[in-house]
Amino acid sequence: MSAATVTVNENVQGGLTRAELEELQRPRHKGRETVGMVAGIVGMALIVLYCIIPFYWMTISAFRLPSDGMSTAFWPSPASIENFKGAFQPKNNFTRALLNSVIVASITTALTLLFGIIAAYALARLRFRMKGLVLAIIIGCSMFPGITLLIPLLKLFTGYYSWFPNWMNTYQAMIVPDLSFGLPLAVWNLTAFFKQLPVELEQAAMVDGCTPGVAFRKVILPLAAPGVFTTAIITFIAVWNEYMIALTFGVKPTMKTATVALSQFTGTTNFDTPFGSIMAAGVIVTVPLLVVVLLFQRRIVGGLTAGGVK
Amino acid sequence: MTRTRSVRKIALVGASVASVLAIAACGSGNSNSSSSGASSGGANWTQTGPITYVQGKDTSGKVQSWLDIWNKAHPDQKVTLIELSDQADQQRASMIQNAQNKGASGYDVLSVDVVWTAEFAANGVIQPLPTDMKTDGYLPAAVDSATYFNKLYAFPSTSDGALLYYRTDLLKAANISSPPTTWDQLKSDCTKIKAMPGNSKMICYGGQFQKYEGLTCNIAEWINSAGGQFLTPDGKPDVNSTAAMKGVDTLASWFKDGTIDQKELTWTEEPSRTAFESGQLIFLRNWPYVYTLAQTDATSKVKGKFAVAPIPGLTGPGVSTLGGHNMGVSTYAKNLGTVKAFIEWWNNEEQQKAHTIATSNAPTLTSLYTDPQLTKQFPYLTTLYDSIKNAKPRPKAVRYGDVTSAIQDATYSVISGSADATTAFNSLQNTLTTLTQS
Amino acid sequence: MLSDGQGTLAAMLISPTLIVIFLVVGIPIAMTIRDSFYTKSNKVDPTTGLLSNKEHFVGLQNFTNALTSQLGTVPGEWGNLPRLVNAFLNNMYFTVVCVVIETVLGVAMALIMSKAFRGRGIVRAAILVPWAIPTIVSAKMWWLIFQASGVANRILGHTYLWLGDSASSQAAVIIADTWKTAPFIGLLTLAGLQTIPAEVYEAAKVDGANAWQTFVRITLPMVKPSLVVAVLFRTLDTMRMFDLPYGMIGPHKYYVETLSMFAYDEANNLRYGPAAAYSILLFLLIVIVAFLFIKLLGAELITDDEVLALRAQRKRQKAMHKRAKAMPTITSGESAV
Repeated sequence: MSAATVTVNENVQGGLTRAELEELQRPRHKGRETVGMVAGIVGMALIVLYCIIPFYWMTISAFRLPSDGMSTAFWPSPASIENFKGAFQPKNNFTRALLNSVIVASITTALTLLFGIIAAYALARLRFRMKGLVLAIIIGCSMFPGITLLIPLLKLFTGYYSWFPNWMNTYQAMIVPDLSFGLPLAVWNLTAFFKQLPVELEQAAMVDGCTPGVAFRKVILPLAAPGVFTTAIITFIAVWNEYMIALTFGVKPTMKTATVALSQFTGTTNFDTPFGSIMAAGVIVTVPLLVVVLLFQRRIVGGLTAGGVK
Repeated sequence: MTRTRSVRKIALVGASVASVLAIAACGSGNSNSSSSGASSGGANWTQTGPITYVQGKDTSGKVQSWLDIWNKAHPDQKVTLIELSDQADQQRASMIQNAQNKGASGYDVLSVDVVWTAEFAANGVIQPLPTDMKTDGYLPAAVDSATYFNKLYAFPSTSDGALLYYRTDLLKAANISSPPTTWDQLKSDCTKIKAMPGNSKMICYGGQFQKYEGLTCNIAEWINSAGGQFLTPDGKPDVNSTAAMKGVDTLASWFKDGTIDQKELTWTEEPSRTAFESGQLIFLRNWPYVYTLAQTDATSKVKGKFAVAPIPGLTGPGVSTLGGHNMGVSTYAKNLGTVKAFIEWWNNEEQQKAHTIATSNAPTLTSLYTDPQLTKQFPYLTTLYDSIKNAKPRPKAVRYGDVTSAIQDATYSVISGSADATTAFNSLQNTLTTLTQS
Repeated sequence: MLSDGQGTLAAMLISPTLIVIFLVVGIPIAMTIRDSFYTKSNKVDPTTGLLSNKEHFVGLQNFTNALTSQLGTVPGEWGNLPRLVNAFLNNMYFTVVCVVIETVLGVAMALIMSKAFRGRGIVRAAILVPWAIPTIVSAKMWWLIFQASGVANRILGHTYLWLGDSASSQAAVIIADTWKTAPFIGLLTLAGLQTIPAEVYEAAKVDGANAWQTFVRITLPMVKPSLVVAVLFRTLDTMRMFDLPYGMIGPHKYYVETLSMFAYDEANNLRYGPAAAYSILLFLLIVIVAFLFIKLLGAELITDDEVLALRAQRKRQKAMHKRAKAMPTITSGESAV
């Protein structure tokens, strides 16, 4: 920033020679610049540490021996993968739980994209009355407290009403409530992406004789693929991380999602709390997300900010 | 308003068989009311056919193999295992939901935590067992915990009681010949041990004082061991009696003078076990599961240096809180003949012994506590029997969830120092009293 | 715009989404509202000890009982209060404290990142770590850190009881929540910062503005639209907080119990009516806060140009009508976009 300022000052204060000006400003600016740079680096280092250290603690705790669960040493000694083995012990059903998470998150994401893409296209491209209302409804849903939905659904899914089947411990009992926050999220993100695409392309396609439907399929969708992909990741993560709904509707050991399963790990007895295995499971649940997020960080940041920022 | 008040009242029910008898006698005008148990609901206890057995997650991995034994002998009355969550709350919710949806989940035999009996019975989740199911030879406290309004609603299956773990090496070094049986002895033993070099940083007594169900178990022992009680024999709350307050005051004073460390306010079973195994504790109150772990854990520093005793009390050995599970029968179960035969088989001597060996859960058959094979494998069993034969169930309440929360609230505010014992327990007494009037 | 008269197509494209929303949100809300006026009898039959378990209409009593001391009080940070009031105060406290800290930290992070020459990629990657970790995993992570003999106390050199039921527990929740979400605010603010043209700062410098003046007079107003939206989303998120205190501190801890946790606990105890009533209160609270944000802080959630244009047009039309009722031709001419 300050480098740019120097140039501007030079131009404005034309009365002085370049050399004179440099002479005048060098000591002060150089000092300030260095201080600024050091401060910047320190600040950035602080941010990185702030974000990483707790996660670091979880990771090294996962790599300790199970019996060192409560250790406060800053490095695992000896390092061990026993906790990871522990997390995958058959009695924890963690493999099944990961599979459940993948199934619930994938189906929810697919459904939200299916409905979201066409709705978002209409919201981004078409003119119609009540658009403001539709947008308000969708944004309103994303602010909704989950607990308000959970209570009647619990009653409904447990067979309280004779006209509704018992949905406890089924995938649909998790997928349907997940749509309540997944769908608004997807529509909102996709609308922002569709708006960024130049409208001229479709117009050209339509001039060439394409119907709006064909224009959408052949022109818009390929162009929007990165946006759709980003939305898919963001929705998938949101559903993958969901806890309250999964906690309520998947109570059988074989129907828990990964987040619920790891929060309820037990050891050799019902009292046993295997700190290490819980941390190992936390690492397992988080690392795939981190890999995806870091690979696509630009797009995801773009997607996150698209919803809130113009 | 008055109607709502009564609607929202917590119904507390008498803790002992005696009180229930009294109430039942008033209601029916017939002191022999237990005979109506078998006929109530007109259940047919002869029909046979396949059934299900529902319990929390099987951490032993052995349940299916035992069911296989039964299934081989009864091919047309097969028992299918349904495993629920490992979380007690979720097990309870699933069982209640099965009743709400009129048995649509297909649950027949339920493994019922001792504190759920009243709630399950009152809500029609489980039904009374036929009167020809005899409980002679089973722990009286366990039978009591399965009884509601003088009817047996569940069959005693597993039990649990508290033990006092103590450091034999330290007691010996301080020339203390036997473990303490009273609180005063425990404290003076501890003072002696701490006065010895290198022990000054040790904590005298470890327990479970986090705000959760374990706190209810712990405070119940303090109150019962001082001669107090949660409820009088006719079902009235009695938590601020002189005797009960003696227990509460002692506990509060131990927190104040450091006999119990402040950090125990966040302890559940595991942190207290870890602290004992790392050598920080002289005495630990915990369940039997700690015994094997503390002897075998690689990091345990107390291997071979500890033993168990009954928990101490005010003037002599204390009164343990009773844990464990009983087997109830869903109101919507069909093949009740099989259900009855299966429950009886599951809890016979041979089966209970096999269960104990595999799961190290305490049996409910008293004869097993002197079984040579079991006492060899579980050296604490004899001591545990001393603890368990006098154990008391926690208060039987239809809204047990609310009752235990109220007890935890009051206890936690006293031990964390935010309220004085008298105020908190007078207020608890008032809460429970208003609640029982409905 | 592509063409006019797209109403039918739009209806076809949007109705599937609206139908899904109606099914998964609309119907449950209707059921919640209905349930909030009903309750189950708790009366035990004195002879058999059985409950009747019939639902009946109680009007507003689920609400009024919980707001008065009818159901007893619980000890929390704010004294002995009805449990609902206590949970409400916790909600407000967490919301205000967490959001303020997160905003300050987030804006600071964004300023540092915007000044950075190199290494921005690393920082952005690091900042996404807290965002990507599932809340329940972060709850368990902090639960380990905050154990009585855990690493937090080791570093601080004092045994704070973070996981009990005390002001320390509140601090634990605030720290864990701030950790997870301040970077998110930083990210959104950074996006806003990057839209400010460099010339604006240069001009300010020429005018002799110091760093603070520049920040207050230029940076803040320019990032306000994105910041206000980010803060609004965070506020609403904090108000429905559940996973973090539930997973880290546990249920029935009145220092950290939020409205979501209270309602969840009631539903778990099969008191669907009161649970529904409390969740409705939370819903109303969120609606009010969102409304205040939009009215007082001018949070622009709907940034659709067409909707904004229509809204502006409607305003102009109103003004026109007032000013010149005799000249209707101007307004009709104006409406052709």
